[in-house]
Amino acid sequence: MIVKLENIYKVYGESGTETSVPALNDVSLTVNEGEYVAIMGPSGSGKSTLMNVIGCLDKPTSGVYYFEDKDVLKLKDRQMSDLRLHSIGFVFQSFYLMNEENAIENVALPLSYAGVPKKERERRAIEALTRVGLADRVKFRPDQLSGGQKQRVAIARAIVNNPKVLLADEPTGALDQKSGAAIMDLFEKLNEEGTTIIMITHDANIASHAKKTYRIVDGKLYHGLEEDKE
Amino acid sequence: MLENLRLAFRGIWTHKLRSFLTMLGIIIGIAAIIAIVSTIEGTNQQIKENLIGSGSNTVDIQLYQNDWPLDLSYSDAPYGVPQVSDEALSEIRDLDEVKSASKYANRQIYDGVYYLNNSMNGGYVKGVETDYFSTANLTVKEGRLFTVDELEDYKKVCVIDDGVVEELLHNDEPIGKILEIQGDSYVVIGVVASRSTFEPTINSISDYETYMQDESGTVYIPLSTWPISYKYDEPENVLVRANSTDDMTAAGKKTADIMNSYINPTDDTIKYQSKDLLEQAQQLQQLSSSTNSMLIWIAAISLLVGGIGVMNIMLVSVTERTAEIGLKKAIGARKGKIMGQFLTEAAVLTSMGGVLGVASGIGLAQIISIMSGTPVAISWPAAFIAVVFSMVIGIVFGILPSHQAANLNPIDALRTN
Repeated sequence: MIVKLENIYKVYGESGTETSVPALNDVSLTVNEGEYVAIMGPSGSGKSTLMNVIGCLDKPTSGVYYFEDKDVLKLKDRQMSDLRLHSIGFVFQSFYLMNEENAIENVALPLSYAGVPKKERERRAIEALTRVGLADRVKFRPDQLSGGQKQRVAIARAIVNNPKVLLADEPTGALDQKSGAAIMDLFEKLNEEGTTIIMITHDANIASHAKKTYRIVDGKLYHGLEEDKE
Repeated sequence: MLENLRLAFRGIWTHKLRSFLTMLGIIIGIAAIIAIVSTIEGTNQQIKENLIGSGSNTVDIQLYQNDWPLDLSYSDAPYGVPQVSDEALSEIRDLDEVKSASKYANRQIYDGVYYLNNSMNGGYVKGVETDYFSTANLTVKEGRLFTVDELEDYKKVCVIDDGVVEELLHNDEPIGKILEIQGDSYVVIGVVASRSTFEPTINSISDYETYMQDESGTVYIPLSTWPISYKYDEPENVLVRANSTDDMTAAGKKTADIMNSYINPTDDTIKYQSKDLLEQAQQLQQLSSSTNSMLIWIAAISLLVGGIGVMNIMLVSVTERTAEIGLKKAIGARKGKIMGQFLTEAAVLTSMGGVLGVASGIGLAQIISIMSGTPVAISWPAAFIAVVFSMVIGIVFGILPSHQAANLNPIDALRTN
């Protein structure tokens, strides 16, 4: 087991007052090693909040969250940073690449925070770019790449540190259908190679690529994509 | 660190114009400081060289009454002041700081020195022995110096400097011409280069006092003939040459002490004092430094304003790069890493400003030098300190923006895009 959420609540605003909004309402979720999980929900359902909690970017108001053997609620800011650096790979809808840096430099960024020497950083960045099928584009800058290629660079950056979990937030949201499908193929390939993936999306078609699916509605998490399957 | 430097240079290069405008405050401040310091240094070196004469290291030890050199044109020879004995002179020559020493008699010229119908306006007549010229580091330009025989035989010969050639002889061929000194005729046998070609700016009586005695226009006659034209048994002065410039003060003071131990004047305001040019040079240097240090304060204020400008732009830059900072924090950059990146950028920005400022300051100093004629001495330690100081400004004024960047919440930061 890598991720274990139990009875997680996340309340914005002061709890108990009228302005308080429960973004996550008694959410429990377990993700094991090698799984490919999709969480689907419309906007405002709390899926971004859930992603932030799983990604250790935000702490829940109450509940229990273990990442492997670590009690996330007890981690300090610095320990959360280190956990994200070494154990979680992020893929965002809008890529967040440095436009002035080429693909290798973008991918190597987390390695530099981990204190990997320059030569080794470059070697591993090229290796990661090769895994996502961009071996021939390693020196290209983001503005010289298509949307799908940019997202591949972002995925390479997410996997370069060999994270325990790849956390993807609407990974195809900014892409056309063909590029989106290619990204989904890549996720399947990475999952087959052993990467644990948690994907958050509003698109049922995209979610259906995952082996295990959940949906989130008004802060509550349900199994499956269809209401009647619960 | 190297990675931060690379990012900093890239960031600065991406916004070339903005970076340059940000640096401008630092450039102007540093340039002003370097220009001022270079001018001060130049003026100081000029003062020192002109007053001391580079390498001559000579100190005059003269008989003073209160604060003025005693001149026997006005007063009688004081009681209890014998002439300088060989014993005193050898004691002086034995001093560690002294290379050579020579005694001489001295009068200011007010009247009594003529060539045809020409007379001198100021200047000196000095009664000297043969070793005086080497002690004073005077070089022969024309003719020759006295011989020992001429000195012993009371020959009425004289050596003049080029100031006298110009003023008294109106640039006639000097050798063999006859000067009238106190009614006696002296034959010119040689010309020496005057010790100074410096034309000082005289703003006060003390400036006049300082420079007056060093100006050219001196007639040298043998010390043995001095009583023929002037008074018998006149008190004498001593010129010493110190081993080095730094020894001048000590050499002068010790010589004055030795000479004072040989005299016993009834008027106790009369005593030997060293006219220490180094000390005077230092006083003048302090004067020029203190006026210019005011200017440095003004330049420092411009650096402060420049620093605030850097802070302002760094804050804008943090706002602009919120998404980048958010992403970096999300993928695991610790606060310290983000802080380091922005501090490095601020420090690199202001250091570059410092380097450009030093370069423009040197240029500015050269222009000032050409326009006003003051010399310039570039002080490399000052230039180095200026660059380091600019870097410190960057770090100090970069702390607030860097702190702000480091404390961005990654969720909020990513949402802004």
